[in-house]
This record gives sequence, structure tokens and C-alpha cells, in this order.
Amino acid sequence: MPRPSKSKVDRRGFLKGAGAAGAAALAVPSAVVDAGTAPPEGAAAAPALSPEQASQRLAAETAPLDDEANPLVVADPGSDFMVDVLKSLDFEYIISNPGSSFRGLHESLVNYGGNKSPEWLTCTHEQAAVNIANGYYAVAGKPMAMITFAPSGLQHAVMGIFGAFSGRTPTYLLCANILDGEARRPAFDWGPHAMQDPADMVRDMLKWDDTPGSLQHFAESAVRAYKLAMTEPRGPVMLVVDAALQENAIAGRSRLRIPKLTLSTPPAGDAAAIAEAAKMLVAAESPLILAGSVARDEDGMRLLVELAETLQAPVQGGGRAIPNQHPLSGGGNVRTADVILALNEDGLFGRLNRYVDQQVRGSSPLLRPTAKVISITTYDLSTRGNYQNVERFQEVSMAIAGDPQATLPGLIEACKRLVTADRRRVIEERGKALAAASAQALERARVEASYGWDASPITLQRLSAEVWDVVRTKDWASVGGGVNRLWQVDKFYRTMGAVNGGGVGGSMSIAIGAALAHRKQGRLCVRFQPDGDMLYVNSALWTATHHKIPMLIVMQNNRAYHQEVMHLQRMANRRQRGMELASRGLPGSTLTDPNIDFAKMAQSMGAYAEGPIANPQELRPALLRAVARVEKGDVALLDTLTQPR
Amino acid sequence: MFKRLIVAAALIAGATSAYAQQASPDAPAGNAAKGKTLFLERACWQCHGREAQGGGAAGPRLAGRVAPWPAFSRYVRRPAEEMIPYTVKVLPDQELADIYAWLRSIPAPPPVASIPQLAPRK
Repeated sequence: MPRPSKSKVDRRGFLKGAGAAGAAALAVPSAVVDAGTAPPEGAAAAPALSPEQASQRLAAETAPLDDEANPLVVADPGSDFMVDVLKSLDFEYIISNPGSSFRGLHESLVNYGGNKSPEWLTCTHEQAAVNIANGYYAVAGKPMAMITFAPSGLQHAVMGIFGAFSGRTPTYLLCANILDGEARRPAFDWGPHAMQDPADMVRDMLKWDDTPGSLQHFAESAVRAYKLAMTEPRGPVMLVVDAALQENAIAGRSRLRIPKLTLSTPPAGDAAAIAEAAKMLVAAESPLILAGSVARDEDGMRLLVELAETLQAPVQGGGRAIPNQHPLSGGGNVRTADVILALNEDGLFGRLNRYVDQQVRGSSPLLRPTAKVISITTYDLSTRGNYQNVERFQEVSMAIAGDPQATLPGLIEACKRLVTADRRRVIEERGKALAAASAQALERARVEASYGWDASPITLQRLSAEVWDVVRTKDWASVGGGVNRLWQVDKFYRTMGAVNGGGVGGSMSIAIGAALAHRKQGRLCVRFQPDGDMLYVNSALWTATHHKIPMLIVMQNNRAYHQEVMHLQRMANRRQRGMELASRGLPGSTLTDPNIDFAKMAQSMGAYAEGPIANPQELRPALLRAVARVEKGDVALLDTLTQPR
Repeated sequence: MFKRLIVAAALIAGATSAYAQQASPDAPAGNAAKGKTLFLERACWQCHGREAQGGGAAGPRLAGRVAPWPAFSRYVRRPAEEMIPYTVKVLPDQELADIYAWLRSIPAPPPVASIPQLAPRK
């Protein structure tokens, strides 16, 4: 057979080679071929055998078979034990785009493991697979396993892994590799299926990785990986799983042992430092809480509410901090605050400084010179140097290494002990003023949403208000975008917090993972979906329809990578060239001519879909139809044409 | 984690909606119809929305609260905050006056109380 050149191995070449191999196999004389059958046309004639050779061959081909000694089968493959290990970690799902390097583990999960705990999720792209796992964690609070292979699959997965790293998401990655060159199939296993050190490709983004050399090593590293991923600050981990370890028989199974998983409790801040911080906060005239990713669960949200109410301090920040219509939510001002408490704020410099993107770059502090900043974070406990996700260095008055949720009970108690009758009066007055300001802000938000109400394309404010009006009486959960002050985010699970997909292209998959985690509670999941992001890995939609993950997807289709349009306008104006083209279609950034039919795209993958919808009057009836389909278990997509901002 | 790329340039809008009712005697004459077209062609809509309704973090609402002409025109030429600067070469004075005329002519939106979707909910 012609051996394909290593440098030219592609799918077409591989199939051509495989076909030639099949034809050659037929030409070899064998007991499976009827002696009376003529060789296929073009095949070489079988060489003549001597009587002695023929006799030996006949004996060999008709001898009784010893199944116990059959070298072609294996009764107890290593991947069965790997499944036992994964089951011990209580994974609900494992997600993948299939690859032959993990065919052993794939088969064991389906047959030996019964495709339960973990259940196999079929995905059409590795980036989508990692991001579905990232989104699942944001709601389930525990990792999903994802398996791929080195190098090709892992290269596809990199953006999702970057998202897990950036979002401190403990996604559990398995990467199959064929380490032993002698075991590799010619050509194909060498290029896209083998590396010396696969984890090296993504090590800058991993909290930990290992390449187990034995099944016992796998068991111990698998449990260690899970524990480290879930230890604050959390992050993705990866085990490189050798193909031979999966496919070879287990040696000495009775000696193998799966260690018990015991998760580390999150570290609370130092008690003396917390007492000092409490003094500063209780004495403050204008305290402000900047909340990053604080709460892991409903209890964390309750604790932050309790601290805010104890101090009557406003809370600003993303993530799942406090209910968004709580009187203390969203108020306050960095410029006027005298004590700022920053909780897991990894963008603290950006919060405390003004930065202007003009030709001459510059930044200046927003803080009052006498203001004190207290930081409580675990983020300093685990860092990487290569990826610059730390922002500029921000000076603080007090830095406490600790998990905010674990630290809050002690801080709340310390504050309560210090609140005297006099301070209580001051604090209560502050609370009244903040509550009044909050109510006014809510009314202003209603007025703002009324501007451009009947415009076409539809304003983002109207789109959000229309969706809210349809879902507000349901047990809803946002799986990304669109939720604003007019929505009542009253529970922890209503939003996802800070989940990162590594950039544009990740959020659709994240939404699917989150919706999967919500499915067992029967929540109505809503996703506001930008068109540019959708176009990266839109095939993730098929995973949602195939696995019956109900969700409502409302497009924010502005037919452009609009942020880039604005950047180009900035460049053109800065150079005094202007750029009228932006209103008609900017080369490189607009997505028109032809327009993309997202409804048809979704329908092709089994979703219910309508659109494009440009008339705001048509929104509500379409939403009602779509929600009815979602409540029956479908994926529904409305392609709504919106204003860009 | 990713820093927001575009932030509000709030000064181009008046601090209160009272500006909308004030006369702006210093403003040059402008053609509101032309101004509406220019608002789109000169890309103001990119941040402020096609109806000048405001674009959240990208650009504040201008409809119903545009600042008096001296402050407005000065800010457009030399914004102190994040707004994209528009020099005379990019946006001549007359075009800016036309845009200003259109911004001041935008009718008020329907009352919030008349929009059921915006009604307070319990």
C-alpha cells in the first residue's frame, strides 16, 4: 500500500490509504477467505505452498481456540478501573468530541460504566465542550469532566481552558495521549495523536496537571486533581491519560485502591486582621463594598446581605453579590467613600482609578486621598505569570488573604460587636438615604428604558423588558446577558456570576452548560445571545437539542462585531479621517451581505426558532410561543434584530 | 475580569432632563432632518443608539437631555472622558449644529405608566 507522507496526512489522504489497505488485506491468503473464491480483480495471486507448509497452516487454522490465552481480547482493561475512579468522584457528566486516543476510556464509560455518573455528552467541538463544562460548574457548583486528546483536540480546547483559568473555574480535563511510539499506528497516531508533554500546551492556565504512569498513579492523581481544582481559589486541572494505560489489561487489580476524596475547607482571613477591618468599617461615614466573585451559594449571598445591612453599606459589583433590587445594591460611589471593602476583586485597579482611552493614555485615582481600602481575597494565593489577568497593581491599606464567604461570618460578628447606639443611629440614617437613592435609580431605569421604545431595530432595553415581562412569573434563571436593574434577581441561582469563555465565542456554550445544570430543577433558562459570539461555535446548539436541554435563546443580533466597529471609529476620528463607512458596513467588522439567518441555523439543529424579528410589536407573541416550547422541553431561539448598544 | 473597553461619556448629556426644556440661544441654526441623517452617517449611533436613547455603558442617552450648545459642542470636539473626539475636520460645525437641532427635536417617549412591560412588579 502506498504509505502517506507524514507531511501530507489529511482526511482525504487517510481515507485513500485506508481503502488501499483493505484491498491488500483481501489479497492475503487466509482461512477467512473461501479457497474456492477467486481473488479480487487486480489482487496478486496467492503464492503456491509446499505440502508441508499447507499442512502446518491447516493445523494452525483449525486448532482449538484457547479463549483465556487469546492475545486479541482483554477482559479487564485499564480504562474500566479509570471509570471506577471517575465514578468515585461523583461526576454527573463527561463531555467530549470523540477521539481514538481515548477509545478505550470511551468504551468503558459507555459499556462498563453504563453511561451513568458520568453520562457521556456528545459535543461537536472541543472549545464548546470545555465551555459547556465551565457553564455547568457555575450553576451546579461542582466540576464536569471533559476529555480530549493531544495535540489536535487540546488545541481546539485551548480557548475554553483559558476561560476556565480566567474565571477560576475548576473544570476537570482529561487529555488522552499515545506516549509509546511502538504502540502508535503508523502516520496518524504520530501527528495529531501524540505529544511528549501535552499539558505543556496549556500549563500556564492550569492549577495542576499530571501524567500518571500507572493505574494506581491515575487513581491518586485523579483524586488529587479534583481536590486541588476545588480548593480556593479554584481553577482547571488536567490529567494526561495514556492510551496504553486505558487499553492494556489491569495488572494486579486487587492491589489498586481509590483514595477517598476530602475537599479542603476554604480559608478564612486572619482573626486579628478581621477585627481591625471591622473597626474601620464600623467607624466609616461612607463605606462601600466592592463585590467580585464572593458567593458560592445562596448562603454566601445571605452573608453578604447581612454584612451590608449591618453596616448599611452599599454593594457594587458583578457576580452574585446581593439581590439587585435590595436597597443597598448598586449605590455608593468610589469617589466619596472613606472605607472600601473589596472582596475577591481582581479588577481592583480599574474600579478605583479613572482610565481614558484617548490618544494620550492616562489614569488617575478616583479615591479620596484619605480613603482606606481593605482587600479580602484568595486570588493572591494562586497566580500565573504569563497571562496578564491581574491588572495594574493597586495599593491597599489592608490585605487579608482569605476566602470572602468563609471570612464573612467572623467579619459580621466583629462589626456587630462594635456597633454602639450612636453608631447605630448614624448607620440607620445612612441606610435610609441609600434606600431612597436606590428607589430613585430604579425609577430612572424605567424611564431610560422607555426611550426608543418603538424603535426598529429593537432597543436592547426594550428587548430585556419584554423578556422579563414574559418570564417574571416563572422560576427563571439567566444563563447569560440581558438582565438589568428592572429584573428582580432575588435568588443566588438567578444569574451565573463571573463565568469566562476565554473571549468571544464561548458564551453560547457556557449557557448550554448552565442550562443543563438547571434542568433537574425545571427552571426556565434564558440566554441573550450576541450574533458574533454565536457564529464561533454555533454547533453547540446541537448538543443542547440532542441532550434535550431546554432553554430560551434571544438573539441580540446587530449584524456586526460592533465593539470593533466602535474601536475602528475611534482610530479614524483620532486620525481625523472620520469613517462614514461604519453606518453602511465596515470591512472586517460588519456581518451583512448576506445577512445570516439564525432561525434557519437553529432549526437545522432541531431547535424551535423564529425570526428575524425587527418589529418590537412582534416580540411578545413570539416570546410567548417560544417560552411554551421551552416549557415542553425544547430549545427555542428568537432571532431578534437589535440596536448595537 | 476583562476591563470594559468603552465607558460612558456622560458630560455630553445634560445632568438633568431640564436641559431639554431650556432654550439654547448660543446654538447656530441647524436642520433637524439633516441632523438625523448625520447622526447615523457620522456614527454617533454606534455608542448612543439610533434614537439617541443611550447605549448603556457605551454612551449616555442624549434624547431629551442634551446639554446647552456651548458645553455640548466643546465636549464633542475635546471630550474629557472616553468619548470618541470629533474635530471640525471630521464633523464640520454646520453638521454638528444639524445634529444638535435633531437631538433637541426628539419627542419625549411615551409615559412609563403607559407601558405595561415597565410597570413595577411585586
